[in-house]
Formats: sequence, structure tokens, C-alpha cells
Amino acid sequence: MGISLYEKVFNRHVVRKDEGTYLLYIDRHLVHEVTSPQAFEGIRISNRNIWRKNSIIAVPDHNVPTTDRTVKIKDPISRIQVETLDKNCEEFNLLQFKMDDRRQGIVHVVGPEQGSTLPGMTIVCGDSHTSTHGAFGAIAMGIGTSEVEHVFATQCLIVNKFKTMRVVVNGDLQYGVTAKDVALDVIGKIGTAGGTGHAIEFTGTTIQSLSMEGRMTLCNMAIEAGSRVGLIGVDNKTIDYIQDKPLAPKGDLWKKAKKDWLGLVSDEDAKFDSEIEIDGSLIEPQVTWGTSPEMVVSITSKVPNPADFSDKTLSSSYQIALKYMNLKPETPINKIAIDKVFIGSCTNSRIEDLRAAASIVGTKKIAKNIKLALVVPGSGLVKLQAESEGLDKIFKNAGFEWREPGCSMCLAMNADKLGPGERCASTSNRNFEGRQGQGGRTHLVSPQMAAAAAIYGKFVDIRELN
Amino acid sequence: MDPVNIHKGIVIPLDRANVDTDAIIPKQFLKSIKKTGFGPNLFDEWRYLDHGEPGQDNSKRRINPDFVLNIPRYKNGSILIARENFGCGSSREHAPWALLDFGIKIVIASSFADIFYGNCFKNGILPIILDKATMDKIFTKVEAKVGYEITVNLQKQKIYYDSEIASFEVDSFKKSCLLDGLDDIGLTLKNKVDIENFEKKYHESFPWLNSGEKLK
Ligand code: SF4
Repeated sequence: MGISLYEKVFNRHVVRKDEGTYLLYIDRHLVHEVTSPQAFEGIRISNRNIWRKNSIIAVPDHNVPTTDRTVKIKDPISRIQVETLDKNCEEFNLLQFKMDDRRQGIVHVVGPEQGSTLPGMTIVCGDSHTSTHGAFGAIAMGIGTSEVEHVFATQCLIVNKFKTMRVVVNGDLQYGVTAKDVALDVIGKIGTAGGTGHAIEFTGTTIQSLSMEGRMTLCNMAIEAGSRVGLIGVDNKTIDYIQDKPLAPKGDLWKKAKKDWLGLVSDEDAKFDSEIEIDGSLIEPQVTWGTSPEMVVSITSKVPNPADFSDKTLSSSYQIALKYMNLKPETPINKIAIDKVFIGSCTNSRIEDLRAAASIVGTKKIAKNIKLALVVPGSGLVKLQAESEGLDKIFKNAGFEWREPGCSMCLAMNADKLGPGERCASTSNRNFEGRQGQGGRTHLVSPQMAAAAAIYGKFVDIRELN
Repeated sequence: MDPVNIHKGIVIPLDRANVDTDAIIPKQFLKSIKKTGFGPNLFDEWRYLDHGEPGQDNSKRRINPDFVLNIPRYKNGSILIARENFGCGSSREHAPWALLDFGIKIVIASSFADIFYGNCFKNGILPIILDKATMDKIFTKVEAKVGYEITVNLQKQKIYYDSEIASFEVDSFKKSCLLDGLDDIGLTLKNKVDIENFEKKYHESFPWLNSGEKLK
């Protein structure tokens, strides 16, 4: 019987198998300022060493301001956290892209961009969206701070093997339908706990035709389906993306690596614990209406009516969500007006996302009712690339603000946030209560849909703009 | 980490599904570089009517009298019960730190998100999964009786409520870590030689994964 991609990569990393658990070797450890200070402190207190320093790349992203970087961070507590990362990286002699480094950015954008994310690797970070890196045929997963400390000290993790799930998406996507819509459609179908305990592999012709950016968007959202690991088999697109990246192998090693990597796909007769199939050609642009990513419908639909659902827990969570979102049952999605727009986050802040959003904006201006429209590139390098293509001018000309890279209004730990009651079209990944600011109301969409919402002041079907 | 074995406590019913880590501890409190002090801000946005910031005097804030943690009959509760997919969202270990700091030792739900579930064990909180029917029963009992208490026995993997008993599953390794309050880094380092040997062979087989790392 054939084995799946997840198992192939997993098996390469098993240091030992104990009763029910595995000690798994970790290739790459990404570190940011929020989930690391207590882990460094633990290492210091117990007088332990960091096992393999060159497996670590650190970058501050959650707290950093997206405005002028030459002035110090105003919020004193945020500043302490960023400075603590600086101090820890200095003390332990770790590679860090500091706030003023042009390679700085959101950790899940920076990793692949530097070629530090490679096929066949095990990659961890104290951040749930680490699943992003699975787009390269790697096992990448989010861990808690205790596990960050564990990897620092041992280069390993104690894990259980996940079950496997295959999500097969076939068919050509319609105009204006993106990887983000595929992700939201999958989550809408299997629910936010649908992938719990599983590693999800995405396959099928739709997935093959996605760019690496699109694949990252999809794997990024695997965690919103409950799955710590999302992954996609290696093909020539994967290889092309990695080639010549700063940390990618070079010369003879590159040739050998390439040969190995192209084998990192599931065997044809691999068995999965569960499997779903989706017709990609039927997916429409998606918009979330509630406070969980599974509360999602297409742009042509209406907000659901809780009274239509017999399951009590479901119906009551729909009611709570509608109240928080201040929406009436059966409101058509394309009648929902918005106040703010956020284009950014580790889900949708790569160059392709910005190009797609800019192509919708063109020479148009944002609508009068839009109080703030932010574009926050995923990294300093994305920002430079976008500027070299003139995308910044398109956005600024339309009335968007063009900012410095970071997590920004994805989680609103810095100054970028929604006020109470404000409604936002956001390209991020979570629409939880208060996620973008206390009382703020988030609708998750693709970059194109967010750009169009900025122009029209409400959600519109971008297929009709074609 | 304090060991957990037998625990008896008042039950706090949080009758919601998909309670996410942003709700358990909102992001502004993640700026702390410590592991303690999160208790007063557990469920901050549900618990208080005004906006909270780190370092604030929480006793001066407007509390939400309808939120379960503020209802007097659940005061001093140490067992939290909730619906499915508890702890979904981010990997922030600040969530179990906040629960622990508040005094929660056990969380019972019909399912948990994976990362949160694992994080609990690392911090001396026992997360227990029970089927929906049993959860329904316990929710009804908690509502019916002020100061309703249940007893959890980890060694035996049993919950005692009134005259009824429910069993639960737990991974044997995680169970022994909780029972003994073990530091799993120490345990892993006992296998130091295994890791060293593995690492050497691994890098010989896949040298490209350890190349080009001289960026500094
Ligand atoms: S962009 Fe948002 S989801 Fe991504 S790492 Fe930052 S805070 Fe987390």
C-alpha cells in the first residue's frame, strides 16, 4: 500500500517511537516576539542551551507599527516585547530580521521568501498559521510556547501522528475566484473543527493550477478548518519558486535536492482516513457573515436565518453571531455596507495578492463611506517589489494607505484596529469577536473582493466587473 | 508544573461552541513577557463592559453582570464546561495561562482544538472530552443546583457527578506527565544521544536542508 505525503515526511523525522508518541526532529524553527519571551526565559532559568541555532530565524511582526519605522514604538508594552526579542536574539546569537531590516515582515511571508521553507522539512513556529509552509510539501505546524522551549532545548517535539484527510479540488476556477475562496468554501463545508486531529492534503487539478502564493493562502487557512497541518505535494512550481532564494541550496546540492523533492507527493494508492471532493468550477467568491470562518456564504447568497436550523447549539451560535455582527437574517450579502478595508496578513499579503487587488482598483477611487482602507504588504521585500511595479501608486491614488509590513489589523495588537461597531472587509483569516479590535465586525474575503468592496463601499460580485 | 490527579470543584457553565483563544485572552494582554497575571483578564471582552488594557486596575472596571464568571453562584469555580471546538484559533499559550491564573484546573467540552488541547497539558490543566449527551446532562445539573460540584479522577479516568460516573480517554504519555507534574524537556533530554545520532545521519542523508544557513 502506498503512503501519503504527510507520512513520507513524518517518517524521515522520527528519532524514536515510544508508547503512542513519537520524538520528531525539527528542521526549521521560526520565532516571533509574542510567543517566544517565556520560552527564552525558561531556557535561561533551567540553564539549558539552544540545540541548533542555525535552525532558527526570528522576526518581529505582531506588534510592529506599520507607520514610520524610524521612530520608536509608541506603545511601551509593545516596545518591551519587540526589544525583548532583540535582546534574546543577541544573547543566544540567533539570526533575526529586525524591524528596520528590509527582509522583515510577517513570519509566514518571510520564511518562504528567504528559501528557509523547503520541501520535506519539519517546520514549527509559535503561531497557528505555520500551516502556511505546508504549501511546499513540508510538515509545518503551530506550537505553543512550552513547545517552543522544547524545540529550543532539544530540536525535537513529542507528537502523536495525525490522521490524514485528502481534500480533492478539481476543475477550473471561475474568473475572480481565488485560493482564498477555495479555502473558505472548504471550511464552510467541513466546519472549523472538520480537520481537527488531521493533516489535510490538498490535491486535484484546481490545486495544481494555483500559484505558490495561492497554495500558501490555502494551507494557511487549514488551521481554520481545525487542522494544524495543511500540505500540498511538490511539483515544478514549487521548485521554481525556491530556486535562487537566499537560503535555498545551490550548485550540486540543488540538483540532488530537486531530485529528492519531486518525489514528495502522495503515492497514487495512498490511503487517507477521510476524503472529500469539491468541484472547483462551482466555487463562487466567498464572504463570511459571522464570527467563525465556517460562517461563510457566497456573494450571491443571503445571511442565514437561525430559525431554519433545528440543531440548538448551531442555531444559538448563529443568533449570537448575528447580534454581534449587527446583521438581520436573510440580508443579501451584496447589500452589506462597510466602513474599513484591510488588505494584508499572512493569508493574503504576498505580491500576487497585491497585484490582484490593484488590478481591481485601477484608476478608481475608494467610496465615500470608507473611513480607512489599508494595504499592508507581508514583508519589506514584497513592499519593494510592489513599489517597483507601481502598485503603491495605484493604491494611494485611490485613497488607500500604503503601510510598512507586519500583522497589523489582522489581530490589531498594534495601533491598526477597528473601533466598536465598525465593519471591515478583510483579507485576513479570522473573524472572531474582537479580533480586529473590540466590538469590530470582520468579513473575510479575497484581496480582489476587498479591493472591490473599497471601491463600491459594499460587497460586490467581482465576476460582474469583468 | 503542579501535578493533577483527583480534583473536586465547583462547575462553571460556559454554554457556547467554538470558544476561541481571542475570547479566552484578547490580544492586548499577549504583550506581557511573563506567564502569570493573566487571570483578571480571562474572557476580558465578555467579562467587562468597558475596554481593557494591560496594567489597568481591573477592580475599577464595569463588569458584565450577565457573564457566567461574574455570577456569584459560580464564584471560586475551578472546572469550566463548554461546548464543541473549545480553544480554537491561535496557538497562544496565554490562553491556558489565563485559565490557570484564574483558578481553572479542568476544562470539559465535547471537543477541543488541537493546539489548545496540547497546551493545557503543558501547564497543569486537564482538558476532558465527553460526548454531547453527557455534556447536556451536566449542563442541566449545573443549572439546577447552586454550587454544583463534580469530582475528577485522572488516574482512573473517571468523572463523578451526583451518583453518576462518566469515563474519559486520555493519551497515556500526557496522563503520566500530568500525574507526576513532569517537565517533558527533561524527559526528552534523557534521549540526548538518540537525538545526536539521528541528527548526524539525517544531515548526511539530506545535506541540502542544512545548507546555506550562513546568512548572518
Ligand atoms: S498576520 Fe495575523 S494570522 Fe498571520 S501571523 Fe500575523 S497575526 Fe497571526
